[in-house]
Amino acid sequence: MSSRTLPLLFINLGGEMLYILDQRLRAQNIPADKAKKVMNDIITTMFNKKFLEELFKPQELYSKKALRTVFDRLAHASIMRLNQASMDKLYDLMTMAFKYQVLLCPRPKDILLVSFNHMDAIKDFVKDTPSILGQVDETNRQLIEMYTTLSSGDFQLIRQTLLIFFQDMHIRVSIFLKDKVQNSNGRFVLPTSGPVPYGTQVPCLIRMFSCSGEEVTRRQFGNGGNYTAALREGSFEIFGDRVTKLGTNMYSVSRPVETHMSGTSKNSAQHTKVNVAPNPLAKEELNLLAMLMGGLEVQKPGNADNGFRVNLFSTDEEEEEALISRPDDLSYGVINIQATKDQQANAELAKIMGEFTESGDQSPGSSSKGDDLLAMMDGL
Amino acid sequence: MYHKEKSIQIKNSASALYNNLGVLRIAPRRLTYFTVVHANVVNMVSASWDGLNYSHRQLQSKEPNVATSTSLITQAAFCALPSRDLLVVTSQKGIQMYESDGSIMVYWHALDTPETATELLCVPAQAVFARGISAVCESYICVGLSTGAILVFDVPSKGSNITLSDVMEGHKESITDMASECCGGEVCIADLVSADDGGNLCVWQSGEEFKLLNHIPGFDISCSSVKLWKGTVVAGYGTGQIRLYEAVTGILHAEVNAHARWIYSLDIAPFSGLLLSAAEDSLVRVWHLTMTPESHSVEIAHLYNECVTDTQICGAKFCDGDGYAFAVTGYDLSEIIRYTQS
Repeated sequence: MSSRTLPLLFINLGGEMLYILDQRLRAQNIPADKAKKVMNDIITTMFNKKFLEELFKPQELYSKKALRTVFDRLAHASIMRLNQASMDKLYDLMTMAFKYQVLLCPRPKDILLVSFNHMDAIKDFVKDTPSILGQVDETNRQLIEMYTTLSSGDFQLIRQTLLIFFQDMHIRVSIFLKDKVQNSNGRFVLPTSGPVPYGTQVPCLIRMFSCSGEEVTRRQFGNGGNYTAALREGSFEIFGDRVTKLGTNMYSVSRPVETHMSGTSKNSAQHTKVNVAPNPLAKEELNLLAMLMGGLEVQKPGNADNGFRVNLFSTDEEEEEALISRPDDLSYGVINIQATKDQQANAELAKIMGEFTESGDQSPGSSSKGDDLLAMMDGL
Repeated sequence: MYHKEKSIQIKNSASALYNNLGVLRIAPRRLTYFTVVHANVVNMVSASWDGLNYSHRQLQSKEPNVATSTSLITQAAFCALPSRDLLVVTSQKGIQMYESDGSIMVYWHALDTPETATELLCVPAQAVFARGISAVCESYICVGLSTGAILVFDVPSKGSNITLSDVMEGHKESITDMASECCGGEVCIADLVSADDGGNLCVWQSGEEFKLLNHIPGFDISCSSVKLWKGTVVAGYGTGQIRLYEAVTGILHAEVNAHARWIYSLDIAPFSGLLLSAAEDSLVRVWHLTMTPESHSVEIAHLYNECVTDTQICGAKFCDGDGYAFAVTGYDLSEIIRYTQS
């Protein structure tokens, strides 16, 4: 519905992905220089200028499959490799974490504070690399420019669009179960206590007025909860206290990444059917995105020493087991994209690709365009 | 005051949309229709009052003759006109009107989308959709748009010759909800109220030409659900507040800090004056409205709370005119939960 949802979905899911990878890189004792390279490569790809330009254009959300493919590429933008089971697990963790944040954020507008928490953390990851930091800062400015002027209703529409995207996903996440914010059926716990959202009063008061506007009666009622007054509003500036903890890094050495696989049997049976027939427009978008991502996938492990594999499970056996036991309806069935073939079949796509070439005078034959794009991306 | 009854299972879970529950009592056949929107599908259940029979139907948001396009649905609501009942479904693409049992689509109205939007990769920055549905008087169905305009359709007592008879401009922001006077019997000047994303309310008088009687300014927070009862506008907001205004004058009679999160749904039982409010805070509350004719004002008292644990409620409606029973649904929930007075 809201055509401004995609940038927030991408940035927040990307932020969660970085939290998880950062924790796994540490847990697997990957040498600091390699770990740093992985984080830097992924963040560089995520905040690529041309890519974000596309992302920030008003558009409908992608299908689940399409978005999953984008993150597959993103996770492999460096020398690190994840196998299918680990990638599935990574994606489950990312999506459930952001679903939780969208569902729990006190006001719809607070989704922006959640995004800023992710952006703040990403900036911290690259604080020693000014060139990447500049890219991230630029995106932060774009976020502020695009979103801080939106009304409460616009944000509610964004939130409702995100909730439709995450609808019927009930994967249980152990860190949430341990913290008692998720129930064993995969539903999140909604508190009826604690501070009310900024701008909301604790429910308990009925005021009645005369025709001239004077307050004539004031009555209290029991609200069935245990609410307290709102906290101060979080900062929507480029730096500042976001107040909400949603969107900050919840993983640490003592709180490692773990998942309980699969939704409950009841819920997995009705796994979402929303995007069974993906929007054909979304597919085109996906191709374009995948090309952009693909263009950056230049960090092929040169020799055996350089590349390495990260595991989202404690042992390789566990990982293998997870792949075999994963219910079919939870498999994402990643789409394989062959940009160079597709673009010949699609003039529109070719036109867009043309926009990414450095000179405007390319030949009408489109066969070389993919290479041009790759070359341009190589040069970044 | 109320106790939980057996839930009705639905085929898909409810999406987080305002007023996401439709209820229509078919007294002669002793059954009730329920509708719940799931993304691009309307789930419909017909439930017999003895609780023995449930039949399901699913309606797609599909533009006739266009095979590929399905779009997200924003609302589904029953419109009870004196001569016929219709089910109206609004989406990103347009407005569909069905016979009340969902069997036949009798009318389709496509929304104008800017020409560029039909081209690949180009979607207008402002979302385009219809939302806010209400039957008014003898033969009108009004539907709100994201542009703030309100379409008035003239509906014949039978057949599919539905015509767009008027476009009303009173709002500058997206329409969220709309309601007609529900008290029946009494004659009221104002018979329609509309609400928008800025919390603005417009009060209308129906007729050959609809007249804007009053504009009640908002305060920059969405009014997500609105009702009109005995000349009083009851409005629920994103701040969790409920406000009671005299429709024609705009005088504020009462302000209630009712919920800790966005209100998603209000409903009134017109015969008893019971008011139902439901919000993202997982609470449903029942209130009592009373008119004091001497002072021309309305009073509100709190009666009852029901917590639907861990559920962001998106739809709540009374199942009858007295408020003897009500039904509730929530985001990600594949059931309609019913409560009946003890």
